[in-house]
This record gives sequence, structure tokens and C-alpha cells, in this order.
Amino acid sequence: MSITVSNVSKSFGDFHALKGIDLEVPSGELVALLGPSGCGKTTLLRIIAGLETPDTGNILFNGEEATNRHVRDRQVGFVFQHYALFRHMTVFDNIAFGLTVRPKKTRPSKKEIREKVHTLLKLIQVEQMADRYPAQLSGGQRQRVALARALAVEPQVLLLDEPFGALDAKVRLELRRWLRRLHDEIHVTSVFVTHDQEEALEVADRIVVMNQGKIEQQGTPSEVYDRPATPFVFDFLGNVNLFQGRVHEGTAKMGGLVVETPEHAGTRNAPAVGYVRSHDIEIERIPFDTASLAAQVHGVVTVGPLVRVDLKLPGNVEGIEVDLSRDVADRLDLKVGELVYARPRKVRVFTDDYVI
Amino acid sequence: MKAIGKKQSVLPGFGPSLGYTVFYLSFVVLIPLSALVFKTASLSWSEFLAAVTAPRVLASYRVTFGASLLAAAVNGIFGVLVAWVLVRYRFPGKKLIDALVDLPFALPTAVAGITLSSVYAANGWVGRYLEPRGVKVAFTPLGILVAMIFIGLPFVVRTVQPVLEELDHEIEEAASCLGANRWQTFHRILFPTMLPAILTGFALAFARAVGEYGSIIFIAGNMPMVSEITPLLIITKLEQYDYAGATAIASVMLLASFLLLLAINLLQKWSRRHAEQ
Repeated sequence: MSITVSNVSKSFGDFHALKGIDLEVPSGELVALLGPSGCGKTTLLRIIAGLETPDTGNILFNGEEATNRHVRDRQVGFVFQHYALFRHMTVFDNIAFGLTVRPKKTRPSKKEIREKVHTLLKLIQVEQMADRYPAQLSGGQRQRVALARALAVEPQVLLLDEPFGALDAKVRLELRRWLRRLHDEIHVTSVFVTHDQEEALEVADRIVVMNQGKIEQQGTPSEVYDRPATPFVFDFLGNVNLFQGRVHEGTAKMGGLVVETPEHAGTRNAPAVGYVRSHDIEIERIPFDTASLAAQVHGVVTVGPLVRVDLKLPGNVEGIEVDLSRDVADRLDLKVGELVYARPRKVRVFTDDYVI
Repeated sequence: MKAIGKKQSVLPGFGPSLGYTVFYLSFVVLIPLSALVFKTASLSWSEFLAAVTAPRVLASYRVTFGASLLAAAVNGIFGVLVAWVLVRYRFPGKKLIDALVDLPFALPTAVAGITLSSVYAANGWVGRYLEPRGVKVAFTPLGILVAMIFIGLPFVVRTVQPVLEELDHEIEEAASCLGANRWQTFHRILFPTMLPAILTGFALAFARAVGEYGSIIFIAGNMPMVSEITPLLIITKLEQYDYAGATAIASVMLLASFLLLLAINLLQKWSRRHAEQ
């Protein structure tokens, strides 16, 4: 089932959580709502679910008006960050709940319910735990049970609110891959909310980046990562270094960094900021060409597979961060205090009408 | 226990504090209770049986335990309602009502008894409207019930309230998303979650009602065989210098209360089986 969000706004007192959101989720897609906390992503999800009502605007399911439809009748599965399992019920009863509350006419028989629940238990890989209570499960297991409970009613739409937010790193990684595989199997239209860019990039078919109640950009993971539409998106997805400067008729000069920016050909002497991802910078001891910037090594930290190098540049107060792979770092064998040359491979220049 | 004592603990003083606890409980609870048993033991078995099964005594058990159970049940329902309203809704004067709930805790029981009997008497504020309709409250067993409900209410409200406050709103939203209507959400999700607290409140209200004396004797009428509660009977026996008889009845009450509380505790344990481990 496709979801259409049209011109939805919502305020809580003086706080404008959503400002005229338009969004289209095609049937069968897995979409991530990505943004910092307070950007309105959870509010949008809850409005789609019917747990909140929008102040203005409409929600359409399959093109049909659903703004005033009650949660009960929307056929949405909702997964909460903190699981919201029924503590006094066993895993089995939790999953069966949605089926057992149906009116007599449409309620499946006891036997059908049992079969259905066991199929789901197999799907979430906790078959032997049917008789346990939620308190006896690990976080990852609880979240899978919550997902199975939502799926039991065969929802048209699956909505997940920071589903992996309360789990530890390893389980989170495991579970999000599992969710991706599950989605490839059952293809139910899904929207999940996250503030973790890596999670969104890995799991989603499409990412909707939100900030301050508005959508900044939407697109496939590679589109938003490789071609960020705004400085905010650039900054939010991955580590980024900023170079302050000016742009004049298609040439940006930022400190010692000079970049051709044909898209700003019409701009005359305006302040500009160059954005460079930390893995898009090379470090050498001898300058490659005139684009290389002299810098001083300020710190070297090994972060798992990467080596993070802090560089001080003349005229750049904040300094820049460079991520090198281990073998490159080993070859260079950088020492703190040493003078090197840095060369940005990819620079994206935004003029100052965007402000983060 | 040895292992706990020997281990280096962040909280020192396990030995002395356990010793103090045992001493304190013995001094305050066990010694008076054992005196009760010893005093009773001065009777022979047949004297004991005769003392505790006299028709007047049996009738008082019926009145006391029957009314206490009924009062606790009434509080179990209406106390939950009060707690629900106090937690779920916002309205002017909420704080005041919240404070009023504790009044029966603080009020001297004799004051409560006198107030209740004057309100429910034939010429009282409420009694004057009830009496013409054939409902006699003051000086009847119904009065006992009213007094017991009055003193028991805070127990249920105050035990259920924190549980309701802690109840995660998401639980109800989850049930709603799964297609449950309000009634299904209440009786399948909310009620089972509250049940252990309701049972605790019920048990406390019951125990308090069984032991209540001050407020009841004013409103009960105290007619032997009809509206005489067991604590009053014990006082009567004491006034007649029948110490052994009084303690015999008291020990029966003690045993009955103990058994009932045990049963409620087991029920409670069963109702929170999901929280174990």
C-alpha cells in the first residue's frame, strides 16, 4: 500500500514539529526518515500511524483519504523503540494478541492462530521461547517479538520508531541486516525512523532527511550521500570538514584551496563554504600540485579500521579531520608535529544562503 | 548468609542491621503476639472451643469478616476508579482531591465514627433522605460497611496510583494499533497490569477493616448477634475481666487474618508471575 503525506503540519504549543510536509512512499518500499532528535521524524511517523492527528494536511493510503481513520482501522503495524510488549503475556500471547482481539466474525480459529504464531516465531528465530515472558528475553529478542506481533495482523504498512535505538551496537547491526532481509521477503511498505545515518544508508531503499520540521532531501542512499542537496544533509551524513572562503564567477577560494564551481558561475564575490568529507582528503609529504595545502599533524588516533588524523591549517581555526585507511597510514607513519600536504579529492561548495 | 556476611560489601553493617531488625520485630510484634498465645493457652482445649464458638462470637465473626471483605471489594472497585481519574485526567482542584484521599489515614478514628454516624443518622445530612426510603445506615450492619469503606479507601488508591502512573502510554497505543478497542485494551492489558496492585490494596484495606474499632462502634449500633464486631466483643470480655476469653477470640481473629492475607499474597504472586526471574 502506498502512503501519501500532503502538506502536513503539526505544532505542540509554540513548537512547530512539522511544517508542511509532502511525502510519497511507494508501495513495497523501505523508507528511512532520518534526522537529528527534535526534527519531527517521530511525529510524522505517529501521524501516519494515526497516533497523532495533524493540524493541517492529509494522509492518504493507496490514494484514499485516511486522515481521520482511527488507528484501529488503519491496518498499520507499529514497532516502538522500547518494544511496548505486554509484560504479563507470554511471547506467544503477545504475538497472538492482534488476532485474538478481532471481532468474532473475522477472528481466525484457535488452531489457525497457533499455526500463524508459530510461523512468525520461526521467522523471528525464537521458536523455543513461545512460553517465556518479555522480561526473560534479551533486548534484541524483545524487539523481534514486537515486530512479529505487528506482522501477525498482516498490516498494509509497517512503521518502526527507532526500532534499534535501545539495543547495543552489535545486536543493532545484526538486527538491521535481518530487517533488510525480512523486507526483501515480505515486501510490506515500511517506514522507519532513525537518527543513525549509517543505519539509514545500509537498510533503506530511500532516505528522507529531515531537519527542523522540514524535509531537506529525499532519494536513494547513494543519492543523498554522494549528492547532498544542502549543507545540512552534507553535515548530517558522515564526517565533514569546512573551508570558509568566497566564490566569484565560478571560482571558489577558501584559504589556500581553489576550486572551480561551474554551478556558481553567476555568483559575484559571495561568501562560500567548501565541504569535504574526511575520507576524501589525501595526505602526502611532498605536494602533488598547487591544490595541495600545507598542514601540521596535530593528532593521530586509530579508530578500528581507520586512522583519524587531525590537521592544523594556516587560516583554518577549527582544523580538519582526515580518515585514512590503515595501510595508507602505516605507509605514511605520521608523527605529531610533522609538516605534510593535504589534498581534498572532492569539494562541494555552498554559498552562504544556506546556513546550518 | 555467611557468604554474604564475609564478602566485602559496598553496604557495610549487614550483621548489626540484621540483628537490629530481628530484635526490633521481636520486641514490637512477636512478643505481644506470643503473650496472646500464652494467655490463650491458660484455657483448656474445650474451654477454648467453647469461648471461640459461642453463638454471639460466631455472629461477630460473620459481621466483621463479611463486612471487611465486602468493604475491601467495594474499595477495590471504586478506589481503582479514583486512582484512574487522579492519574489520567487533569482538572482544577485535582491536587486538593488527591490530598483528600489521605484524610481517612490521618483522621482519628473516633472522629470519623462520630461524623459518619451523625451524617447517616435519621436526622443527618444523608440519613434524612435515605431513611424515608427504607434504607437505614446508622446503627445497622450497613453502617459498619460504610465506616469500613471510609477507612479502607486510601489503601487501594495509594497502591494503584503509582502503578497507573508508571504504565507506559505506548502499551495502549500498541494495543490500539493491533486493532483492540478500548474495552479490550482495558480488560486484556491495563487490568492485568494493575491487578497485583489492586490485590495489595484490597489486602491492606481488608486487614485495616478487620482491625478497625474506633470508627465502627459509633455507627454500628453494637447489637449482639446483629451488628457487633469482634474487636468490640474482645473489649467487652476484657471489661468483664475475662482475659483468657478475650485472648482466645483475639487469637482466632489473628489466625483468620493471617490465613486470608496469606491467600491474597499467593494470589498476588500468581498475578505477577511474569515479573519473576
